[in-house]
Amino acid sequence: MPGFLLNRFSQSIVLLVIVSIIGFTVLNFMPGGPLAQFGLDPGMTQKDIERLAEQLGLNRPLWIQYFDWAWRLVQGDWGHSFRDGTPVLAVIGRHLFATLLLMGTSTALAIAIGSWIGIRGATHRYSLFDYCATIGAMVALSVPTFWFGLVGIYIFTLKLGWVPAGNMYTIGDGSVPDYLHHLILPSLVLSLVHVAVWSRYMRTATLDALSQDFVKTARAKGLSERRILLKHVVGNALLPMITLAGVQLPSILTGALVTETIFTWPGMGRLFLDSLGYSDYPMVMGLLIFSAILVVLGNLVADILVALVDPRIRLS
Amino acid sequence: MASASQAVASEDVALSVRDLTVSLPAGMERAHAVENVSFDLKRGQILCIIGESGSGKSVTANAIMGLLPKAIRVTSGSIDLNGTNIVAISPDKLRNLRGRVVSMIFQDPLSALNPLMTVGAQIEEVMAAHDVGTAKSRRSRAIDLLVEVGLPDPQLMYHQYPFRLSGGQRQRVMIAMALALEPAILIADEPTTALDVTTQAQILKLIRDIQRRKGMSVMFITHDFGVVAEIADSVVVMEKGHCVEQGSAEQVLKSPSHLYTRRLIAAVPHLTGKDRNPLEAADRASILKVECLVKTYRSGSALFRTQRIVTAVNGVSFDLTQGRTLGVVGESGSGKSSLGRLLIKLMESDGGSILFEGRDVAGLTEAEFRPLRPKIQMIFQDPFASLNPRSTVGQILTVGPVAHGVPHREAGERARELLSHVGLDSGAFERYPHEFSGGQRQRVGIARALMFKPKLLIADEAVSALDVSIQAQILKLLDQIQRETGVSMIFITHDLRVASQICDEIAVMHRGQIIERGPPSQIFLDPKSAYTRELVAAIPGEQPRGARALAGVNEHRRDTAKNEERS
Repeated sequence: MPGFLLNRFSQSIVLLVIVSIIGFTVLNFMPGGPLAQFGLDPGMTQKDIERLAEQLGLNRPLWIQYFDWAWRLVQGDWGHSFRDGTPVLAVIGRHLFATLLLMGTSTALAIAIGSWIGIRGATHRYSLFDYCATIGAMVALSVPTFWFGLVGIYIFTLKLGWVPAGNMYTIGDGSVPDYLHHLILPSLVLSLVHVAVWSRYMRTATLDALSQDFVKTARAKGLSERRILLKHVVGNALLPMITLAGVQLPSILTGALVTETIFTWPGMGRLFLDSLGYSDYPMVMGLLIFSAILVVLGNLVADILVALVDPRIRLS
Repeated sequence: MASASQAVASEDVALSVRDLTVSLPAGMERAHAVENVSFDLKRGQILCIIGESGSGKSVTANAIMGLLPKAIRVTSGSIDLNGTNIVAISPDKLRNLRGRVVSMIFQDPLSALNPLMTVGAQIEEVMAAHDVGTAKSRRSRAIDLLVEVGLPDPQLMYHQYPFRLSGGQRQRVMIAMALALEPAILIADEPTTALDVTTQAQILKLIRDIQRRKGMSVMFITHDFGVVAEIADSVVVMEKGHCVEQGSAEQVLKSPSHLYTRRLIAAVPHLTGKDRNPLEAADRASILKVECLVKTYRSGSALFRTQRIVTAVNGVSFDLTQGRTLGVVGESGSGKSSLGRLLIKLMESDGGSILFEGRDVAGLTEAEFRPLRPKIQMIFQDPFASLNPRSTVGQILTVGPVAHGVPHREAGERARELLSHVGLDSGAFERYPHEFSGGQRQRVGIARALMFKPKLLIADEAVSALDVSIQAQILKLLDQIQRETGVSMIFITHDLRVASQICDEIAVMHRGQIIERGPPSQIFLDPKSAYTRELVAAIPGEQPRGARALAGVNEHRRDTAKNEERS
């Protein structure tokens, strides 16, 4: 087990280095470059821009820039935002809570609802419920998230007036019920696609577990169907799903990009889009690395969880 | 038959099946899985239900347990269990009987236990499901049961997960679980088929002992007459959903009345104890000479010191004369399949040499070895998985030779020729594998191997997946092919009885090494090593001759043994 962890951990580090190199290179080859926005400013001469580039170290060779940036990153200095000069880490920290709140809620919702639909679909195969779940999943997968977001706002905010159209809290309120009230619609919209994916996989995994010999053994022992489902089927079906949850994490992050923008949610997704618009390179790189770390961590946690749950891995 | 046993007093009968008919969904190859089957399981007896695949024996067992899939249902007849007709009762009442009055153990102990629950928890679950005892009493009962089925260190075993246990140990756990509530009836569905022969002997003995001690009634389903001879009090023979013969074990085994039973018993391979009559090859040259062959498997990472090294083949040496068959016999994990894969270079060896026609092929690269590939061909175990379901038989047969430069037409002609040679009609060329039975597919597999006119055939458990009657036909075909073409063969099997049918010489493998080599007569009648003796003694239904062999017999008595067996 410690060997396994060490192995996975070193793989993760290598992965992060590769991601950062790709991200850094692609970003710097984008047309215009970080200082292009100043070119439009009539008050800035070419000389001013060159001076600025020298100040920021942007005139050095790319690989030196990368190593300089990476070395500072390791030491905890993620650079400063071009926009207002605040440290990147501080900006991320300000937006972290909002994203984690939204991501966490929608992931939990997706897993809970998706598992229930999947298990029920498997135990009631080819029933009306199963067919509806199949069609529903297909619809949720093929319609883009922003459409659900806009329709949700139209129906539940404009027509029914049940929930606010955006933001994380009402200025001047900020109580827990107020946060939850704002959270309902974006988290439901964000989780919709994931419910669809999760329920399909869960259905397959449950059917697979149901066909195993040990389920027949459990029946021969005289266990009730309910007990067989809870004790023998669900546990074995969830095992491959833990890995899937780890793999799905990046798509929840990118999904948040669109959802956060629609609901003006002050999270990292919206921050990323804004920073791109401003050519705020240190901010964009910081966010890129930060999400890469989250994804790698998610997979690592999933691997560890599988190892903890499955005695075949835990004990060997 | 049904009316004859109607009069039996119900106190003597634990389970009575009358005119049981189980229908199959429309569109299957026959309308009924089981039709008008009647038999009695007497108290304190072991009843063997024997039949080949598709005979309906497992369906009968599942009907008694109420475990039939939804699409298959009992359409008529009754199953009388302690005075209750369980065909008519509610699912809840049936569930209450399962595990308490009737228990069942299954064929594959590797998949029959939940991998995520400890052995102890799974045994306790039976008692908990029927509200028997307290948590504490259930725990002590579970440990008692582990002792009863002969598992070592029961306190430790209680906390163990199934993956840590061997196949035989898991089957013992299954038995412990089945015995937890002292059921009147135990249904065993091929419980030893997936086990090694020595383990099979132990499990058979365990079931017999427990049955005697508790006076339990056992319904034992099997396809192996050797097992029947070993364990049965009475026998029901099934064929295609019908019960064709029943009676006491002695009566059915010694003087079978039905033609099918006779054919089935005749097809059972026995230890011949007689050496094969090899063809008179003018050329007695060695075709294959293997020296000190080694293969080790490594897993995990050397970097973090989690590496595990298993030596699968450990210094194996033998030679094979042209036109002869060498049997490689061993239990699971003995390295016999690894050896086969090394010889055909499906994987690289870690040491030693393989001299094929005098040339060492062990060190050759894939490109260098490729021209030799046609000369060494393999016949695989699973006739279902080894043929591509999307290719016609013709494509399967010709794709290899065509890849080696034979023109399409010529390959096609040879394929048709070989198909009729292995006993398939020429129409088979255009058909797909799923249209054939297991035995026919194995014939296709043999024809495929012969397409190249190989010098050496490696048959890895080539008949293990087949019913005995089919097995006998395939063995005969292989024998015939060898006599006609003079091909040399390496026949890898776990079944000593099969090996004795076809091999000129047998090598017994154990833990990666060949521990004994010799003609069948020596291996079976006068084994030199303790392990071979154990292996021979464990063969079901062959004990008397095995025991005599242990005592050391003279030539004359060997002959009488052979005569007995022929009769």
